[in-house]
Formats: sequence, C-alpha cells, structure tokens
Amino acid sequence: MTPKTLLEISNLVLHFRTRAGIVRAVDGVDLTVGDNEALVILGESGCGKSSLVRAILRLLPRNVAAYRGAILMDGLDLMRLDDESFRREVRWKLISLVPQAAMNAFNPVLRMGDQIIEPAVNQLGMSRGEALERARALFRLVGIPEAFLQRYPFELSGGMRQRAAIAMAMITSPRLLLLDEPTSALDVLTQASIFNKLKQIKWETGIAFILITHDIAVSSELADRVAVMYAGQIVEFSDAQRFFREPLHPYSKGLLASVPRLRHRGEITFIPGRPPGLIQLPPGCRFADRCPFRFEKCSQDPPAIHRDGRMVRCWLYE
Amino acid sequence: MEDMESQTRLISDQAMAHATQGPLLTVRDLCVWFELRRWVFSRAGYVRAVDGISFDLYPGEILAVVGESGSGKSTLIRTLLGLHRPVRGTVSYLGRDLRTFTSQEMRWYRNTQVGYVQQDPYGALPPFMSIRQILEEPLIVGGVRDRRQRLERVCEVMEEVKLTPVEDFLFKFPHMLSGGQQQRVVIARAILMRPRLLIADEPVSMLDASIRVEILKLIQALQQRYHLSVIYVTHDLATASYFADRILVMYAGKVVEQAPIAELLAHPAHPYTAALLTALPDPDPENARLLKEIPPGEPPSLIAPPPGCRFHPRCPRILQGLCDREEPPDFEVGPQHHVACWLYRP
Repeated sequence: MTPKTLLEISNLVLHFRTRAGIVRAVDGVDLTVGDNEALVILGESGCGKSSLVRAILRLLPRNVAAYRGAILMDGLDLMRLDDESFRREVRWKLISLVPQAAMNAFNPVLRMGDQIIEPAVNQLGMSRGEALERARALFRLVGIPEAFLQRYPFELSGGMRQRAAIAMAMITSPRLLLLDEPTSALDVLTQASIFNKLKQIKWETGIAFILITHDIAVSSELADRVAVMYAGQIVEFSDAQRFFREPLHPYSKGLLASVPRLRHRGEITFIPGRPPGLIQLPPGCRFADRCPFRFEKCSQDPPAIHRDGRMVRCWLYE
Repeated sequence: MEDMESQTRLISDQAMAHATQGPLLTVRDLCVWFELRRWVFSRAGYVRAVDGISFDLYPGEILAVVGESGSGKSTLIRTLLGLHRPVRGTVSYLGRDLRTFTSQEMRWYRNTQVGYVQQDPYGALPPFMSIRQILEEPLIVGGVRDRRQRLERVCEVMEEVKLTPVEDFLFKFPHMLSGGQQQRVVIARAILMRPRLLIADEPVSMLDASIRVEILKLIQALQQRYHLSVIYVTHDLATASYFADRILVMYAGKVVEQAPIAELLAHPAHPYTAALLTALPDPDPENARLLKEIPPGEPPSLIAPPPGCRFHPRCPRILQGLCDREEPPDFEVGPQHHVACWLYRP
C-alpha cells in the first residue's frame, strides 16, 4: 500500500547564527515522501517550515551555523554532492520549488513564455522550440490559455500567475515539487481551482509534492500524509486519513480544534500562549508550557514515538 | 472628554432617541466610484468599487461583510468611516446622513462613535511610539487633559483586551510585541473612546491559525459587554459563520445576498454564495480525493462591469437572455434573506 520511498530526510539540522544567538530553525527533522505522494508540512509562522524548504534545496543564507543530516533521494545522498553538482543535478531536475509569493516573482519585462522555458533550456539543454511546446502543454494542464505565453506578467491575474509559477516549476519534469504556501495570498475560489489543478497534476503525472502551509483546512485538499512542525521539530507525522480524524499530539489537537468548520459545527477553541523563540528553546518538550496535558515527564525531551505507522513526539504515548 | 461631550450633547440626545428602536447605521443605494483619468483632464471612466449597496446595521449586531479581493468591501467600510464621499446614495448614522455632518460632528463621529481595527496590526501602529503613547493619543485628541485620568483609562482598556500585566506592556514599542499582541493594542485603541460601532477589516487574516480564534473571541466578548455593533469584514466565510449574526455577501461592488448566518448556511441562494461554500474546505481527508465544481474565470473589471448580473459570465445556472441583459433586483427568499438573482423571481 505504501508507495516506494522517494525522499528520505533524517536528522536534518539547519541553524543560523545571529547577534542574539543561534537560531535552531530546523532541529533534527526526519521525514519521508513516497512516490506520487503529497506530504503536507503544517506549522505556524516561525516554526521553521520555510527554513526546512531551504535546507532541502540547500538555499542557504550566509549565516549558517550548522547544516547537517542526510537527505536521500532515489538512493542518491544529496548532502554529499558539492554545490555545483547539487545545482546542476538536483535543483529543477529532481526537485522544483514554487516559492512563497511566486506569482510576484516574474520578471515584468519578459514575456511569460520566455521566462517559463528558461530552466528547461538551461538545465536540460532543450531547444527553445521543444521547451515552448512543453510550456504549452503545461499551460493547458494548469488551465491557462496557451496564448498567455505571449503575454507579460502584468496581463495575468494573480491566480493565473500562480498557476504559471507551478507550470514553470514543472517544465523540467522534476520528481518532487516543493510548494511553499502556494495559495495564501489568493481568493477562495482561485485557491480552490488551483487545488483542483494540483490534484489533477498529481493524478496525471505521478509527481510527488511537499506542500508547506499554515492553513489546516486547505492542507486537507492534497495531503496523503501530514507532518506537524513546532519550534523546529516535527511533532507528529501521520497519514492524512487518521490525522484529520484523530490527531495524536496535543498541539495538533489544538490546531484542529481552532479551525472554524462550515459543515460540522462545534465549539472552536484556541491554544493559549505562543510558540517559544527558536533561540532560547525551553528544555524538555517545546510545547509543554502551552499544553493542557502537561505532566512531570514533559520537562525531559520527548523521543519520537512510533505507533501503527505514525510518529508522535509526546510522552503521553510512551 | 467632557468638552467634547458638551459640544456634542445635542447630537447625542437626538441620537439616543433614535437609537432606542432604529438601526445604528443605514446604508441606502450607496455608490462609490473612483474617477480614472487619462492624461490630466480627460476622464477615462470610473472604477465602480461600490455600486448600489443597501443594508441596515442594528445596535448590538455583528454583521459580516464577506467578499473576495476587489469586491469593494474595503471601499465600503472606508465610506462608512467617512473617508470617501459617495457619488450617490447615503450612509446615515442614527438617522442622519453623514454628508450633512459639520466638521465638528464628523470629528465626534470618527473619534467617539466608531472604532476601527485595521488588517495589518504592525502597519497600523506607529513604530516610534510606545504602547502608552499610542493609547493616550486618542484621549489627548478627545480633550482629556488630566494625565492621571488618561493613564487610568489606558490601563483599563489594556486589561480589557488582556494585555496584562499592564506594566509589562505600557512602555514597549510595537515591534517588541507578537502579532496577536499588536492586534490587541489596535483593538484597545479602537474601543478606547467607548464607541458604539466597531469596524474590523480582516482583523485576523495576518495572524496564525491558533491565534485567530483568540482575537475573534476577544472582539465577541467586547461586543457583548458593551453591546457594540460590529462590522466584520472578511474573505473567510468560515470564521464569519462563527462570529457574526448576519452575513452580507459582496461580489464586484454589489451585495448579492444577505441573510442571518444559519439561514445562509442552510439555504445559500445565490450561485456565487453556493460556490464560495463549496470552495471552502473543512479539514477532511476526503477532500484530497475529489475535485470541486468551481465557477471558471475571475471577477469582472469594475471599470466596465458586464451588463445584467455581474456574476453571469461565470454562473453555472445562467438564464440566457435575462441574466446577461438585466440587472437582478433583490428578491426575498426567506426571513430576512435577500438575494439579487433572477432564479428567485416570483
């Protein structure tokens, strides 16, 4: 039932050096993504989810204090590649990124078509004609009329540009697409139609997704598996079926209980307090001071506890 | 505060008489257009941001204004605050047209009657002022001369919005607070002069999921405590359905449907409302297996809106020859439930 593992991340660490101290943005993350599977990484702002994207794609700023761990893709150990071969062999070819606010990242003075084919021409050495042919097919796939390849970015609406960014990320036929908050700036109907397209892409092309978002309801539109990130760690990793019905970690429970629902009405609650800063992390469980189930043991670091194919970092499940 | 009160006592007395039964705010056929200029002089047309909106807001009511970006909701509330002049139609506060207000009355209205909660709390707070200075400012403008009295009131509102212990926050600057705390300061500032109307423009859209509910519950608690009328502007039908009594759905400058919450959720009448409800997911793993029926296309240009119903180019239930020619009037389809759609003509 479980698909073949495509990406396997173990004990990934990315720390930044700042004047205030070491920021432990990604602090020992273990994740796996299967072939043609969609993994959703859920977390609030400041939990380290965008740093995780940077760590996976090795898009590092200058102030890195620590960057280690293992990232295996299709048997290839990405951490052992030097920067040049990583750039050539991994980015675009294996993993593409649709960055946050990608729709505003197009060059305003170039036609859409010319920008979108760039990675195919540069990375894969495709001819312009071939690449444009592929771009046309991808525009059809994401639901933009082909004629828009001739247009400039300002002539497209926000939703169209976001779809064009997805098409651009797919032009090199990567195995894995990383989407960082792909619809957070878009309207409800546009968001829904983009998720329709992402689902079709997933079903038709066999590509795998990592979707980074803070929006729990929207995440259920694509997720096969869900990883909940809190203060630099994955606190729960589970299949979507069981996660949305009965989350394990108290933080996941709190998050799901804070979502207003249209169909099943019930009381909504919130999680008091706020996440700890990533510089001075509390000892023990990082969620303990907001947790309604806290007990003595929580002053020690909870291990990753595996149970029926799910992972949860909480002493309650020991 | 006393000076202001004596100046405006006359208005307040009339107002009180009116307030016992009537609506707090009455909006009739409101049109706010912005002129587009080509070069300097020649007129290139209008952006019809708000184009014929009518509704009432009653004391103690939470009204949600739901719409996508570009639907005119921000223009609507800016007009309610007296920041735009309508080209046609009226906004009346306690039965009096805002346009007939003298500048003194306008100040009274803006300073003491309406509280405004902005979308981006950080952008709404001056970065070089401490929380105490920020919260004292409206009191100084409002004519409270006694420093001790001002400080007392500042501490009082800070406790109400749960910025406690107050001493920890008084001398902090906005950048030292989290997003949720910043939004509490904005709310504190909005209720400082004990307004009767609170206008909140997407108050939680910039905040994290787990904090949103906390802020909305705070607004709800204040509303109940002071019997405030609240206009909650949002693109999120789901939170609106929890925190509002009545919903107004806007599309391309028009109100397409208005109804009490339960009625709207149970019987959405307008195809656009129905599409919004379909599009909004609940966290359910089954979502990943299904495609949704979403009307194609984008909202129309507000410069040259389509003739007839503005939703007709995207509408799955279009009546050819009618919807694309004539603008639908309001039809009543249930108790307090109005919809502007030809499907419901009697």
